[in-house]
Amino acid sequence: MSGTPSPILWIVILGLALGSYALRFAFIGFMGGKPIAPWLMRHLRYTAVAIIPALVAPLVVWPAPTGGDPSAMHFAAAAATFAVGYLTRNVLLGLGTGGLSLLLLYLAA
Amino acid sequence: MAITTTKSAFWKGFRDSAPFLFMASPFGFLFGVLAAEAGLIVPEAFAFSLTVFAGAAQFTALQLMQENAPLIIILISALAVNLRMAMYSASLTPYLGDAPMWQRAIAAYFIVDQSYALSVVQFEQEPEMPLAHRVAYFFGTNGLITPAWVIATALGALVGTRIPESWGVDFVLPLAFLAMIGPMLRTPAHVAACFVAVAASLPAAALPYNLGLIVAGIAGMIAGAQAELWLERQNIKTEGTK
Repeated sequence: MSGTPSPILWIVILGLALGSYALRFAFIGFMGGKPIAPWLMRHLRYTAVAIIPALVAPLVVWPAPTGGDPSAMHFAAAAATFAVGYLTRNVLLGLGTGGLSLLLLYLAA
Repeated sequence: MAITTTKSAFWKGFRDSAPFLFMASPFGFLFGVLAAEAGLIVPEAFAFSLTVFAGAAQFTALQLMQENAPLIIILISALAVNLRMAMYSASLTPYLGDAPMWQRAIAAYFIVDQSYALSVVQFEQEPEMPLAHRVAYFFGTNGLITPAWVIATALGALVGTRIPESWGVDFVLPLAFLAMIGPMLRTPAHVAACFVAVAASLPAAALPYNLGLIVAGIAGMIAGAQAELWLERQNIKTEGTK
């Protein structure tokens, strides 16, 4: 196996499985009918929309395929993916557009 | 069509979830392909999707494992992506919270974006729905999605092991994340959270141990919450002047 060593991988899988279950069970299981604090709810609403862009932005600016050198080709494919995903609200159309534009730019280069 | 029996409630959930199949299957497949590219074997990818059962968090963990990020950072980041599940759990509690413990324990596993979104809409539209029907509807929304997600992952992993490394699919994962972000930006507060997170992530990338992700994520989260509060105050003001 080339990538992650097996023990690490299984710790990640088990940790995420248990952690995700705990998050899902937290309120429906333990809290009964008690409402969640509004300030907490307000922050939970924005976790995914903060973490995922924070993860992806450096990957676009310093793309792995070029060894981390900024690349107009990869940036253009990324911009097309985001734009189509945002405008159509359709994840698959966005992903399809991005993949296609990356392929075209790759062939043109 | 009004729901008359527990059985018909289950099947209504089942039918309502069908369009999401076209989302879950390709993404599960893509996760399998990328997991195989990252060196996971088919049973590993399968176990990942079956036990974690949360697309965005699985992609996050996969990306960070490829960056050789420290274990604790991988776990914190992927679980942070899944914090919204706690919010879903909280918003489903008024509708499902009186079900027996064993049913709630099983239901918790099935809380995902699709089952939550479909169920909340259904429960709000039909407030007089009996508890047993609500539970049946909720499980029905997972009748297709869950097997599709897990099977698609396994198929993707099977195909992924046959794709040569020279194809350079390592930019597909960022593209998958980018495609996910667009539809998430439902309100100006979501846009604020996203913008601040991106702006913070670039300088924060210099931090060791992939800590930049956590820092930028927290910054984005606070920005979103603050933007929401600010927008609420603006709404109250404009309504006050009417």
